[in-house]
Amino acid sequence: MSSPLGLYVPGSSPLHRLPAGAKLLGLVAAAIATHWISTPTRVGLAALVVVVLYVVARIPLRVVGDQARPMFLFAVVLGAFQLVVAGWRTAVVVVGVLVLLMLLATLVTLTTKTSALLETVVRATRPLGGIGIDPERIGLVLALGIRSVAVILNLAAEIREAQWARGVRLGGRTFAVPLLVRSLRHADALGEALAARGVDD
Amino acid sequence: MPLIEFRSVSHHFEVAGTTRPVLHDIDLRLTEQRIAVIGANGSGKSTLARMLNGLVIPAAGTVAIDGLDTSKQARAIRRRVGFCFTNPDAQIVMPTVAEDVAFSLRRHRLSRSDVDARVAATLAAYGLSGHSDHPAHLLSGGQKQLLALAAVMVTEPDLLVLDEPTTLLDLPNTRAFADRIRELDAQVVAVTHELEIVEDFDRVLVVHEGRISHDGTPTDALAHYRKLWA
Repeated sequence: MSSPLGLYVPGSSPLHRLPAGAKLLGLVAAAIATHWISTPTRVGLAALVVVVLYVVARIPLRVVGDQARPMFLFAVVLGAFQLVVAGWRTAVVVVGVLVLLMLLATLVTLTTKTSALLETVVRATRPLGGIGIDPERIGLVLALGIRSVAVILNLAAEIREAQWARGVRLGGRTFAVPLLVRSLRHADALGEALAARGVDD
Repeated sequence: MPLIEFRSVSHHFEVAGTTRPVLHDIDLRLTEQRIAVIGANGSGKSTLARMLNGLVIPAAGTVAIDGLDTSKQARAIRRRVGFCFTNPDAQIVMPTVAEDVAFSLRRHRLSRSDVDARVAATLAAYGLSGHSDHPAHLLSGGQKQLLALAAVMVTEPDLLVLDEPTTLLDLPNTRAFADRIRELDAQVVAVTHELEIVEDFDRVLVVHEGRISHDGTPTDALAHYRKLWA
């Protein structure tokens, strides 16, 4: 199974060495700068920048493909809708901007260890400690969220295999109910493991 | 070795409105380095293990590690007692191998370089150095269990509790895992169905229907356990 959510790809490129906070700020700046991307030509220029960044980060083509694949269906559906209601130029701009932003966000996670991202989030949310919110807890919740994606995908694959093996036709209920039950069981076990690892201490 | 004491410990669970007794009046003093707990499914052995680091607080009686009461001094207990679960997937919290081991040290007030050094040394000790930046969910079952063990041992606990740690492993991985346990300096309490790995333990407890039905050497305990189900 490939890494979901663009998990870290080890490396020593300039992008890998850049602090996590700088990369997150860069991502925010890029999102703001999308106001400037109003024509297909500018989408092309922005795409060139993104490609250069991926080359600089030395992300293997296979990983890029794994990350881009889930965006494909989304891009096709959104592009078709925009094509019908607003014309091809708008379709290229809207779909292009969204896909490029997603690719940039993915590049941040591909070149940054999750622990570094979480430390940045914890640092950024430290002022919330004044109103009783524990920044460490926010970091832990994000870490568990990221980790749980892989766990749930594994559970889903196991349920699919078990049902195929038993000749059960996959349906919403026959798939969702066992997935929910096993996810809740996993959450229970995880809670116990967190307590054993002293999370509440 | 830490002194483990169970004093008149009983426990029960509430299941669908009914009370199901799990442990009955257990009295134990454990000082040996390697102690195994064997018994059938539902006999109460996992509950007994969970009491060692305060995951389960007994309904009656007390459990103490070197005089620390698990019901009152949970934080001190967890600093001294590490716990390794059957399913490593439930125990791995962080996305990558090194990050998960480092997670165990986050409250130890160590500098970044000290954390990195301890994580690197621990990963090397458990044969995981080459996987430090790999996603944890892509490891094999045996590697995941070693990671779960490494994440516990990096905190250098005095007592390690293992709850059926080899149930999901094949024979080569079970033996490799057992070899790692043999090399530990810490006191170990292992709940297991894998009778082969307890043969060289110092003391074996057989739990049957919530009571210690036998307490002795591996040879005697295994003979007793087999006789129970003959």
